[in-house]
Amino acid sequence: MAVRGLRAALGAMAVRGLRAALGAVRPRGTGCAAGLRSASKPSEPGPEPAGPVTAALYVHWPYCRKHCSYCSFNKYVVPAVDEAAVRACLVRETQTLLRLGHVQSVTSVFFGGGTPSLAAPHTIAAVLEAAAEVAHLPAGAEVTLEANPSSADPARLAGFRAAGVNRLSLGVQSLDDAELRLLGREHTAAEARAAAEAARKLFPGRVSLDLIFGLPGQSREAWARGLEAALGLCDDHLALYQLTLERGTALEAQVRRGVLPEPPEDLLADLYLSARATLAAAGFHQYEVSNFARKGARSTHNLSYWRAEQYVGVGPGAHGRFVPWGEGGRLREARVQTPHPDTWMREVRSCGHGTRRRAALSPLELLQEVLALGLRTDEGVTQQRWGLFSPRLSLEAAFGASGEARELQERGWLRLNGRALRCTPAGLPLLDSLLPALLCQLRRRWNAVEEEDGGGRGSR
Amino acid sequence: MALTGRTVSWWVRLLWPCPVAAPRGPPVWLPTGLEACQRFYSSRDKEKIDMSAYPAESIRNFSIIAHVDHGKSTLADRLLEITGTIAKTDRNKQVLDKLQVERERGITVKAQSASLFYNFKGVNYLLNLIDTPGHVDFSYEVSRSLSACQGVLLVVDANEGIQAQTVANFYLAFEAQLAIIPVVNKIDLKNADPERVEKQIEKLFDIPVNECIRISAKQGTNIEKVLEKVIEKIPPPQFNTTDPLKALVFDSTFDHYRGVIANIAIFGGEIQKGHKIVSAHTNKRYEVNEVGILTPNEQPTHKLERRRGMYPVDQTEYNNLKSALERLTLNDSSVTIHRDSSLALGAGWRLGFLGLLHMEVFNQRLEQEYNTSVILTAPTVPYKAVLSSAKLIKEYGNSEITIINPAQFPDKHSVSEYLEPTVLGTIVTPQEYIRKIIVLCQDRRAVQKEMLYIDEHRVMLKYLFPLNEIVVDFYDALKSLSSGYASFDYEDAGYQPADLIKMDILINGNPIEELATIIHNDKAYATGKFLCERLKDTIPRQLFEIAIQAAIGKKIIARETLKAYRKNVVAKCYGGDITRRMKLLKRQAEGKRLMRKIGNVEVPRDAFIRVLKRQPEK
Repeated sequence: MAVRGLRAALGAMAVRGLRAALGAVRPRGTGCAAGLRSASKPSEPGPEPAGPVTAALYVHWPYCRKHCSYCSFNKYVVPAVDEAAVRACLVRETQTLLRLGHVQSVTSVFFGGGTPSLAAPHTIAAVLEAAAEVAHLPAGAEVTLEANPSSADPARLAGFRAAGVNRLSLGVQSLDDAELRLLGREHTAAEARAAAEAARKLFPGRVSLDLIFGLPGQSREAWARGLEAALGLCDDHLALYQLTLERGTALEAQVRRGVLPEPPEDLLADLYLSARATLAAAGFHQYEVSNFARKGARSTHNLSYWRAEQYVGVGPGAHGRFVPWGEGGRLREARVQTPHPDTWMREVRSCGHGTRRRAALSPLELLQEVLALGLRTDEGVTQQRWGLFSPRLSLEAAFGASGEARELQERGWLRLNGRALRCTPAGLPLLDSLLPALLCQLRRRWNAVEEEDGGGRGSR
Repeated sequence: MALTGRTVSWWVRLLWPCPVAAPRGPPVWLPTGLEACQRFYSSRDKEKIDMSAYPAESIRNFSIIAHVDHGKSTLADRLLEITGTIAKTDRNKQVLDKLQVERERGITVKAQSASLFYNFKGVNYLLNLIDTPGHVDFSYEVSRSLSACQGVLLVVDANEGIQAQTVANFYLAFEAQLAIIPVVNKIDLKNADPERVEKQIEKLFDIPVNECIRISAKQGTNIEKVLEKVIEKIPPPQFNTTDPLKALVFDSTFDHYRGVIANIAIFGGEIQKGHKIVSAHTNKRYEVNEVGILTPNEQPTHKLERRRGMYPVDQTEYNNLKSALERLTLNDSSVTIHRDSSLALGAGWRLGFLGLLHMEVFNQRLEQEYNTSVILTAPTVPYKAVLSSAKLIKEYGNSEITIINPAQFPDKHSVSEYLEPTVLGTIVTPQEYIRKIIVLCQDRRAVQKEMLYIDEHRVMLKYLFPLNEIVVDFYDALKSLSSGYASFDYEDAGYQPADLIKMDILINGNPIEELATIIHNDKAYATGKFLCERLKDTIPRQLFEIAIQAAIGKKIIARETLKAYRKNVVAKCYGGDITRRMKLLKRQAEGKRLMRKIGNVEVPRDAFIRVLKRQPEK
């Protein structure tokens, strides 16, 4: 169904061309309605989506009890949260945006943050109910909550389950107390174990553990031990993240000043590759750069990002990717909500939503996202999916014959066959070095096709 | 610069427009008398100065020469004050140093000139003073200035005594047969030892101790004595105004509004506005638009015409730089220019400088006076080859060729010998640093020519250096190992045979033309290693291993290996950060187009710039 919706959107693009493809910044204050219409003309009603529109829903809870030393996400540590107010705004924005996108069916929901496990279960329930009021929320749809071991006691987790959560992503990060202190986490390894065990009881087969590797000073042996411990504790899903030293974080500053050592690149590669081997031996399948699952326990919500499906982002600083049919939009937009919770709430109260930035994605830009995201997965960019976004330039036409992609195939990092374009296991760890060349080739071939068409489409 | 002799020279300013459109013909000399030609204004009261009041016998042309920091510019300031040329204030510091770079660095780069008026024993004298640069790099300016003088003040610091450049400057003046007045400055300093310095002067320069004048330029002590000696000991110029005009252009500048201004010294005849003159060098005709003297800033006699657009400013950086270079070299004729182009750096110029400070100062002037900036590559020196192959001799039309670009380096089979430029260096140092300095000089392939104790503690060393060994950091090394006490100067010593080779830099086996270097065989290994290491730091890691090698012919003498990426993929990529991520990827994709492919290795354009660029000062 999502497929038909996209086809319709692309058909509309062909007619409207790039006219609306320019980004628009929404003016602050009361001008929200006018601002939202700026990207398209409502006086020219275009075709409506041909089939039922689907989207994933991301809900951002912006509060934490403590800053972690590595985290650069949009989060706030405040003495007291007016939860009723936040809840009301999350509910209102969920409904506004789902309506704006003409979303008929919500494929999955993900509560991220911040620390959403600090929210009351009935806040989670209220958002889910609100979504179900304006769109279909199938009973079996994946509803994930990110939980911090320090706010994941059994009673609380049971409350979330009762609210409708059916999958838990537990931010364990490490099972070593010294490492947890370095990361600025407020829980201990023992608390992490207890939380993981409680979660598995309540959400059997539906718990994911997050682990971080590549900490300053971390040895190969320490990581191997940590991974073994996690394997003894985990369910059927693991996410292993190499520590990214983000600017503006305490950890990055310590490394930059030389207080902590910067992990050498070769060591980081060793940690990653050895973990892949360990997990494969334990029956885990790597279905994305950092995500591993067994028994088919993949996250449908996260897969929808990598498959470049539509998603609606609700809450302070949340990102979305959808066509705003409700206001005459015909192109998928990249949308960002106002980051600061207080400002966001003011905007939601006055306009129904707090969208701060919106930029229409051109067909090529959308295709670039399809490529860059899809190659992160084991399935790669499938012929079928590519065809939805690029009816006129096939995967073969873009990446076949001689060119960058062919060279990368010959080196054994990439594979293009009748099913998909994807990275080989050897190529996946090098993806960011492969993508610039592939994006160059895509742009070149895309422009060639545009020129064949006489370049008149955009001006019509 | 051997055209000194005893000639009249007073300063006129000559506006030098483009070649006049007048019909070509034999130059017309207008032998009018001095009194008829110009009206001058003094700087103070704008009164007309009657030049006829200054016959040749009451004119003195002189320069001040000294080692850097021995007080030359301060003495010039005092002389200007005492003669009333400038008002006496505390702010008179380096009045003659007009360039921003001179004031910032506290050095004199350009020779500047001023005319002083002084009454001595009832006679009015016109004293023309040229200030000269002190640093070794600018001895070209010194000799150009000296060619317009009949005498010099040789200033020596009473504390530091004779330094390398004192020696060099003395010989410049001595060989030009100028009257030399030794001046011992800074006698007010606590550690001043004028007696010791006077003995050094006697020992080295054979000037009797009693001829030295002890002064403190800073405090103004004994300055009149200096002026008196200038009048007594320096002969007046020989000059005949009825002769045809004969003048030396000793400096020239470009004024944004007025065009080219030449500072000239007149050796005979006279000049006035409207005269048509001919350059004996280029045979081009010019019209004199304005004439003036320097006191010390130019004092115009007539309102000037605007000459906007004489050098139209073009849009492209290349042309901007070209015109800035042209203007600046007008003012610094010691810089030689060759058009050049490099695959790495694009179109540019290979500039010849007299030394490193000269190069830095030139670059700073480009930035400050013309608002342009350039990439400076590591300096190289011009080598020569004596050809043995008859075919090549015929091709070049000469058996000896100069090699500026390593790409033109002829193979040793067709060469009987290679030659490198050398200099004779003078080092003056306290004796405790001798051992270290000798080691340094040997390391720089230098050959000792002389060693002389100029007093109980100080030694003068003379070494024959290959120029390329001192062109980058020799001076800094010398200063640092002698705690700043040793001084250095050098003069051209011609070309000497040398065991030169061409060293190539290879990336995965492919030579990089712009990194090829001509180098002495003994230095190849160290330099090759250094270049490879530096390249390794500037080329980003790629998907395959990269070998960076230095080679002489087919022999590899140094190697660095840049390992392949084993992991390069962002860990977290969900819905939230895609826009930022895509921007970065697209920028990298765009950046690929700017990469230079060497074999299959992508090298950023600025990698070469960073390797070729001089190392920043440590």
